[in-house]
Amino acid sequence: MKRSRFVMSLLAGALAAAGTAHASVAYISNEKDDTLSVLDLNSWQVVETIEVGERPRGIALSKDGSKLYICASDSDTVQVMDLATRRIIANLPSGADPEQFALHPDNRKLYISNEDDALVTVVDTQTHEVLAQIEVGVEPEGMAVSPDGRWAVNTSETTNMLHWIDTQTHALVDNTLVDQRPRHVEFREDGQLLWASAEIGGTVSVVDVPSRQIIKKLTFEIKGIHPDKIQPVGVKLSRDGRYAFVALGPANHVAVVDANSYEVLDYLLVGRRVWHMAFTPDGRYLLTTNGVSGDVSVINVDDLKVERSIKVGRYPWGVVTTP
Amino acid sequence: MNLNTCLYAFNGVVKREFWRFIQQRSRFLSALVRPLLWLVVFAAGFRAALGVAIIPPYQTYITYETYIAPGLCCMILLFNGMQSSLSMVYDREMGSMKVLLMSPVPRSWLLVSKLLAIALISILQVYAFLGLAWLAGVEPPLWGLVTVLPALVLVALLLGAIGLFLSARIRQLENFAGVMNFVIFPMFFLSSALYPLWKMRESSEWLYWVCQYNPFTHAVELVRFALYQQLNLPALAITLGCTVLFTLLAILSFNPERTVRAAPARG
Repeated sequence: MKRSRFVMSLLAGALAAAGTAHASVAYISNEKDDTLSVLDLNSWQVVETIEVGERPRGIALSKDGSKLYICASDSDTVQVMDLATRRIIANLPSGADPEQFALHPDNRKLYISNEDDALVTVVDTQTHEVLAQIEVGVEPEGMAVSPDGRWAVNTSETTNMLHWIDTQTHALVDNTLVDQRPRHVEFREDGQLLWASAEIGGTVSVVDVPSRQIIKKLTFEIKGIHPDKIQPVGVKLSRDGRYAFVALGPANHVAVVDANSYEVLDYLLVGRRVWHMAFTPDGRYLLTTNGVSGDVSVINVDDLKVERSIKVGRYPWGVVTTP
Repeated sequence: MNLNTCLYAFNGVVKREFWRFIQQRSRFLSALVRPLLWLVVFAAGFRAALGVAIIPPYQTYITYETYIAPGLCCMILLFNGMQSSLSMVYDREMGSMKVLLMSPVPRSWLLVSKLLAIALISILQVYAFLGLAWLAGVEPPLWGLVTVLPALVLVALLLGAIGLFLSARIRQLENFAGVMNFVIFPMFFLSSALYPLWKMRESSEWLYWVCQYNPFTHAVELVRFALYQQLNLPALAITLGCTVLFTLLAILSFNPERTVRAAPARG
């Protein structure tokens, strides 16, 4: 079993090395440098550093992969970068202090959380118009749109709630109380489950989407690390549905969770203050942004090992990958 | 001296060392328990003490256990090299050494055979340790377990040669305690086995340089890099150079003229 996996990974490696005229890359937002690092996913080298607006945090790709949206928090705008030229082509009216956002499957509506104003702003990415502003809890942060496009879910860090927004009416329909300081939400691919992290609470809640009820609450414990340091932020679900990865902030570890039994399988050591993550396009690697150590760790998803850590800018925050 | 006689002598020395090893099972156990204690107990206590930084050959963040494992492999080689030097003192006192040294085979060959025998046994123990360390979560690449072998052989020869050289200078068994205090401990602690040298430099510049001039530091680094399938050329050059030097010194110390001249002085 192990040997066949080894041979397969060798083959895959050889194929990857042979067939990559257009190198797949990762874009990483560096909060303190006001830049994006472009990381080549074959050579694992930073190939370019691009200046963007002030304090870039959340970043997201358009559905066709041609544009990159960047929350320039201190510039109070969402920037649009054309990935063919890697130039900023537009600034969207995002409302004040945009931090995280999510793009609707229609590739037009962008749901942006405005941390200082307790609002979610909905912007049309084609007309650049603000479609709606929805009042939510205090300090909105995490943002996700369900795969079927019906729900936009926002987390508010101080109110400790998940806010369910109907994307048809842009009305706040329901709230789900979770543990302290919810930071991030992630839908399962079939849209039936929602994973929500609580940074201060130290937990991850798994929410049944139809009933909007918590069906499981995960806690974490790492030998030798004080429980206060275990602060879950980013959550990513592997495409094969086997694992959930939870970034544990200043605990400097990523928890590997069995996505079906909810059992924590392992804790992987990465850089300092790990927050957000992204899979490579082939799903074989998971990249983590480590803010304090200023690097990106690369986790091999097959054998659940951290393979390397690569220096990027200061305080890397968000990460996306393109084929 | 023909090849057959040489092989016969080599065979004899290696076999004798193996029998001694098998008979002294407690020695085998203690050789394993010592580094395991460090790995499990010491590393647990010091886990947080090590600064977070990536240093070659590692490509990402590592646990303290992972950091000290190569140093502990070398610790096994160090203690074995020195313990075998103790056995030389013992042999000389008990007379079995005289029998060996009286054989018509060149002494240099006997000593090299002895060095290789010590190395073989030490390396068996290192692999046993690496197997147990794997269970404790120290998982170097599998091929690294192969590439580390030549490094282990060279380091075992180096430490065995230092041990032999010292044993020629020790006249009495009790002096081995002195070897522990003045050779083993300083060599081990003033090296990169337990802490990276940049960490040492933060607290003391001169200690850092002492560590830099300690051949054991380079032996540890050679093994550390080899375990991760990399070659540390400066470490290889220094380890190789020191091995040749100390082997020559050991052979010179066991020079028959010297021992004959030294003999009346003892009586």
